[in-house]
Amino acid sequence: MLKRTSNNNPVSFTFEGETIPAQSGDSVASAMLAHGTQALRVSTRRKAQRGPYCMMGACYECLVEIDGKTVQSCMTTATDGLQVSRVNHEDV
Amino acid sequence: MKTYDLAIIGAGPAGMTATTAACAQGASVCLLDEQQTPGGQIYRSLNHCDEQRGAILGEDYLYGKTLIDPLSTIDADQTFGATVWRIDENGHIYFSTHGQAHRIQARHIIIATGALERASPVPGWTLPGVMTVGAAQILIKSSGLITEGAVLAGTGPLLYTVAVQLISAGSPPTAIVDTQQPANYVTAAKYLPSALARAATLKKGLGYLAKIRSAGIPFYRAAGDLTIEGSTAAQALSFSHKGHTVRLQTDNVLLHQGVIPNTQLTRSLRLKHEWNRAQRCFHPQTSDWGISSQSNISIAGDGGGIGGAIAAQAEGHVAALGALQSLSLITTEQRDAGAQPHRQTLKKEAGLRRFLDALYPVPEEVMRPSDHTIICRCEDVTAGEIRSFVKAGCTGPNQTKAFGRCGMGPCQGRYCGTTVTEILAAENKLSHDAVGAYRVRAPIKPITLGELASLTGTGD
Repeated sequence: MLKRTSNNNPVSFTFEGETIPAQSGDSVASAMLAHGTQALRVSTRRKAQRGPYCMMGACYECLVEIDGKTVQSCMTTATDGLQVSRVNHEDV
Repeated sequence: MKTYDLAIIGAGPAGMTATTAACAQGASVCLLDEQQTPGGQIYRSLNHCDEQRGAILGEDYLYGKTLIDPLSTIDADQTFGATVWRIDENGHIYFSTHGQAHRIQARHIIIATGALERASPVPGWTLPGVMTVGAAQILIKSSGLITEGAVLAGTGPLLYTVAVQLISAGSPPTAIVDTQQPANYVTAAKYLPSALARAATLKKGLGYLAKIRSAGIPFYRAAGDLTIEGSTAAQALSFSHKGHTVRLQTDNVLLHQGVIPNTQLTRSLRLKHEWNRAQRCFHPQTSDWGISSQSNISIAGDGGGIGGAIAAQAEGHVAALGALQSLSLITTEQRDAGAQPHRQTLKKEAGLRRFLDALYPVPEEVMRPSDHTIICRCEDVTAGEIRSFVKAGCTGPNQTKAFGRCGMGPCQGRYCGTTVTEILAAENKLSHDAVGAYRVRAPIKPITLGELASLTGTGD
């Protein structure tokens, strides 16, 4: 569970069509965690649920798809209107 | 294509200091960093820190302003949001910003890419809800997000620091499960005299432990056999403690076992690396001036061996002076005189580090995890599978890729590499240096064909 210390500059984006509230300073990954969604993808081999682990662009566990590209959600700034989806729809 | 005297990769304490020091001597400098603002992980998002966040994170974090502020007054090209994915033997640096690739050239390069948290491969560590202690701290620094009801498991200074920060934020951890053993105090005792030059830092650490104690947080010492339970997300952490099995319900486990150098760039350049027995990790070999086995490449900060933020700052100074002297931009006398105060700092910090390395060693279960523990998170390869590769004749990390795709996922071995070396060294009864590490190839971060194509036709 995460709580916010402040409420400022709200922005919002969508994840799989659902509206996700975020704030300035948030990455897509931090906003998803604050929203209560930890699992963002499934692993390639065992198809196990995975979520953000390092939050600093190293582990690649938080991969999502934006504009047809696979990106690290922890390295992607949350901005208004972003359309985010899972990388492996067929496995979810 | 733009050319510079000096390019610096990474804007943490080492990179920021090197940039400022080199500019002060009139060098043309380019600073590149993957984050949107300077600071590295240690002073991350400090530019956007409000009063409340500053109070939670403390004075050691706010100190970073003394390194960040000078960047706005110096004459250096500074590019943030820049992912460096290749450096070649001619000093060309390839990087991407917003999906567009760029190339610059520098006569000398300082790599200051810092550290990663050591992997804590325990059963269940791949479950959603399990993150590193550092990740929880990044959530505070960048977003003002406070992790509530977390169990912190592992050991090391950062674990206690974040515990105190969570207490300050009004959300103390529900428990601390410490893997440090009483014997570690005995081993560390002989390094205490050398650490006393940093008595204030030691006192601060003791103050953190006192704060955790007075907050009444359950503190399980000498814990072992950590296992995170859950099918699709973390539900509990179980561990052995004083001969019993303890099970704590939690959906948020934060793991920590110290930090190790981020060697992706230095490995991709085929620089010489060596195994550090005390810190249980590889780091590039460097001279007293931070110069690597390739004379136009220097390393500064934790990327060259873990020394902490204060040492990184001093190393940034020393590496900048060493680089400028090698470029004949300053004299040997100027270099030596300029480095002197920073050498004093490095000596004191090294004394403290020897003590900390002995006090918080990596536990056996993390170096050589049980067979059913996943080691390569990207490709779901377990320790048992890696051991079965050994039985089939696998001797080196690169062979594990052929045997079972270990280390072949998008993280390119960042989180499994050290553990794979540990396992292969133990199973084959070889030294870590003999086992070696993954061969890292550019691009060190995945890039699109479009990005690659964007390099052509622009003259860059």
